[in-house]
Amino acid sequence: MSQSKQQKQTIVFTTFMVITVLVSAISIGVFFYIFFNGISVLSWGFFTGVPENGMTEGGIFPAIMGTLILIVGSGLVAFPMGILAGIFMNEYAHQNWFKKFVRLMTNNLAGIPSIVFGLFGMAFFVNGLGFGVSILSGCLTLGVLILPIIIRTTEESLKFIPDDYRLASYALGASKWQTIWRVILPAALPNIVTGVILAIGRVAGETAAILFTVAAYFLPKMPTSIYDETMALPYHLYVISTSGTDIEKARPYADGTALTLLMLVFGLNLLANWYRKRLNKKIKV
Amino acid sequence: MSSQNSLSDQNLSLDETAKNMTSEAKIITRNLDFFYGDFQALKNINTQIDAHTVTALIGPSGCGKSTYLRVLNRMNDLIEGAKVKGEVLIDGQNIYDKKLDINELRKNVGMVFQKPTPFPKSIFENVAYGLRVNGMTENIKERVEKSLQQAALWNEVKDHLKKSALGLSGGQQQRLCIARTIAIQPDIILMDEPTSALDPISASQIEDLIMELKERFTIIIVTHNMQQARRVSDKTAFFYLGDLEEYDETPKIFESPASEKTQNYIRGKFG
Amino acid sequence: MMTRKKIFEKIIEAVIYASGTATTIVVLLIVFFLFREGLGLFRQAPMQKTYTVAVHPQNPVRQLSIDQLKAIFSKKEKNWKTFGGKDQSIETFSSEDIEKHLKGQDLGEAFSKLKGLVTTYAQNKENLVVVMPKKFMPNKFVPIPTEHMSIGAFFGGKEWRPTSEPIHSFGVLPIIAGTLLVCFGALLFAIPTAIIAAIYLVEIANKKVRNIINPFIELLAGIPSVIYGFFGLVVIVPFIQKTFALDMGETALAGSIILGIISLPTIITISEDAIRSVPRELKEASFALGANHLQTIFKVIVPYALSGIVSAAILGVGRTVGETMAVLMVTGNAAQMPSSFLDSVRVITSTVAAELGETAQGGIHYRALFMLACVLFILTFWFNLLAEWIVAKKTQK
Ligand SMILES: Nc1ncnc2c1ncn2[C@@H]1O[C@H](COP(=O)(O)OP(=O)(O)O)[C@@H](O)[C@H]1O
Ligand SMILES: [Mg+2]
Repeated sequence: MSQSKQQKQTIVFTTFMVITVLVSAISIGVFFYIFFNGISVLSWGFFTGVPENGMTEGGIFPAIMGTLILIVGSGLVAFPMGILAGIFMNEYAHQNWFKKFVRLMTNNLAGIPSIVFGLFGMAFFVNGLGFGVSILSGCLTLGVLILPIIIRTTEESLKFIPDDYRLASYALGASKWQTIWRVILPAALPNIVTGVILAIGRVAGETAAILFTVAAYFLPKMPTSIYDETMALPYHLYVISTSGTDIEKARPYADGTALTLLMLVFGLNLLANWYRKRLNKKIKV
Repeated sequence: MSSQNSLSDQNLSLDETAKNMTSEAKIITRNLDFFYGDFQALKNINTQIDAHTVTALIGPSGCGKSTYLRVLNRMNDLIEGAKVKGEVLIDGQNIYDKKLDINELRKNVGMVFQKPTPFPKSIFENVAYGLRVNGMTENIKERVEKSLQQAALWNEVKDHLKKSALGLSGGQQQRLCIARTIAIQPDIILMDEPTSALDPISASQIEDLIMELKERFTIIIVTHNMQQARRVSDKTAFFYLGDLEEYDETPKIFESPASEKTQNYIRGKFG
Repeated sequence: MMTRKKIFEKIIEAVIYASGTATTIVVLLIVFFLFREGLGLFRQAPMQKTYTVAVHPQNPVRQLSIDQLKAIFSKKEKNWKTFGGKDQSIETFSSEDIEKHLKGQDLGEAFSKLKGLVTTYAQNKENLVVVMPKKFMPNKFVPIPTEHMSIGAFFGGKEWRPTSEPIHSFGVLPIIAGTLLVCFGALLFAIPTAIIAAIYLVEIANKKVRNIINPFIELLAGIPSVIYGFFGLVVIVPFIQKTFALDMGETALAGSIILGIISLPTIITISEDAIRSVPRELKEASFALGANHLQTIFKVIVPYALSGIVSAAILGVGRTVGETMAVLMVTGNAAQMPSSFLDSVRVITSTVAAELGETAQGGIHYRALFMLACVLFILTFWFNLLAEWIVAKKTQK
């Protein structure tokens, strides 16, 4: 009896292990597929050139720049507001229905599909406020999209700061804001930064939200104002792999673009992880 | 330091006499050391516990009572980095023997926890759980009923066996956990502060139950309540910082303890 | 000095409180704009904005529903008698027919002569029904009031033909069916797989293994959906095409596979949290009764963590329903009722993403797509609330 009980356990646990390993293998598979196909395409010229021959070859410089612009712009929108909202949640809000409601709304905002953000951006920023299809509209839309991520990480980071810090600061006659600004935020900042990096990764890969708010199909010259459209890496990948002039011919070019995007996002994730690990070590010592 | 050593030597010789006297030894630990990683939680523990007795484990928090208890059903195996040295014999068999079936051991050595731990199932299924997982599937109904009766819970729950066990009061839940334990007919029942999370009335019900169960089981109970230890136990072990400071007949421990530490602890508790 | 500090504090506090309401305001704005644009759908007729329907003055019919118009223009109904008119065959004329009946060079600059020509063509045709811009309507023809797009026609319509002329069809059933099919397929393998992986990672794997595998799960979550779409397009789609010898590998199956992969990390991480939250005493109580680890997992741990696991699955559903780019790239986007996993399908998100770029702002098609986005919003909002409610109910106990 007991023998078969153990045998059954061994069989089931082994199966579970195999399935879990397969799940990890998917990410390895996708990663290396993109990597080995794209690596031969990457070159200095690929990063610094503009698309040529109906976007079947050449470089992706405008798309890279566009994505960087969107990252900076959406960050400018979301970080101050998100961090302040996180401070609100952990330091100011009382445990009442309002805080619960705000939390509910934040969670729900996080769960809204990005295409819905795209439509909202189109109706509100592009048409409603008259910003047109522009970097401004795109950054606002993306900023709203990553707001919940920033709020949550800020709140979580602040939660980690022991109350002693606050009490000690108050005991020295510091006001609430002085305490937050001089003591709490600096202590929480490293963790907040991790969240910020992850949010940047999200912006770098986001496509659906920029489809109708900023993304240009083909625009080799650099934007000159926030009212210009811009190309962006993820949208560029979408275009050249589904609706280019000659999709077959553009495959290597698409492979290179995919790898560039993946490396950007993956690099940001690694950065966040590395930073977090370094932090944890520091805290332990 | 040296006095402690001589004390445990004394214990050892006491145990040996006891063994010769009764030869009913249910549990024997010899030179038992226990480590959580580098931290030694039990130091050279030598005990002998006889069948059909109640042994109380007392001592300040963190002295190793729970650790000792959990050594006896190898519950500490679940903790990463835990290490056991020395010998633990139950019915003469070393329970840390590699060939031993750990589930059989645990079936034989029941355990009741401080906080009641009903599973998110019906009352009936809670009691039947141990039977089912051990393949004892004949006469489940009768066995469940009998166990609930023995745990003095039957009259309170017989009309709603299908209801969730989570709806019972704390005291009822604890008696349910005892019923669940005796359903699989173990020889030994380990109880880790079984009444400390309960109100006084529920606690005394559990105490009465322990007195009755003594007839058929060997019981080891951790308690912080000195009166309780005195009322229910035959022998008492006083742990201090991982050492077994004193281990003797309960009246002896409470009336004329050999160790000053024991005396201080008991006094402190009384006072 | 003191008061200045206090005023500054007050200002800061106000700013922080304002920021705290930011997400709420955004959600409200999203709701407002989405529904304002979307609900406009039901205040327009499903045809081009400037168009009217008109019949010959001698034709006694003065009322035609949208469905009747569709039947007429698709030649399913051929006699006026059906609609209470005379027993004569129906002839149709819409802007598409202009070229057929009238020569290009006769139309004049900016169609200046069109109205005259149409009038000449139409004046003696008693059986003619015309749909075209008001300003070109033949003289004396009697306009027939057109119904607005109905809610029933939207949610119950079996055809999604947003550009069919002169009457458009905005029936979402094929799109809903496509969404259900793709998501069902995805979750069919993703939910069990994810739960198994979560159980393995929390309960069975030791720390070392866990530390090796966790980064891969994180990577899976971090890969942008457009990369998944690209991977699906160049690997999975051709594979399906070859394996099943299809003309086209862009199928519901391809969508399901990719969506399943995308939803895995969501379900895994949330289930992990749920499983980790099972009290240690409960596990130990099970072991103490002689249960082995497997029995403990399935009889105690999973039942205890069930609400958390269910809410993980629900959030996984939300993730698949809302995913856009990957599905858009691999499902082929045929707006038809799917009959199998090997059909090309179109889901809510991909319909919006693929079509919105070509629509005129404020037009009926634009509004229909916003209405689809409203549906999507309600669905995901509801899934989120449900998931949270399930967990909250559990913690209350
Ligand atoms: N899982 C564990 N890991 C590390 N140390 C532990 C663990 N459990 C208990 N300890 C330590 O071992 C000592 C004995 O604990 P325990 O047996 O629970 O004491 P008691 O039950 O007498 O209060 C304490 O110092 C405690 O901190
Ligand atoms: Mg204890």
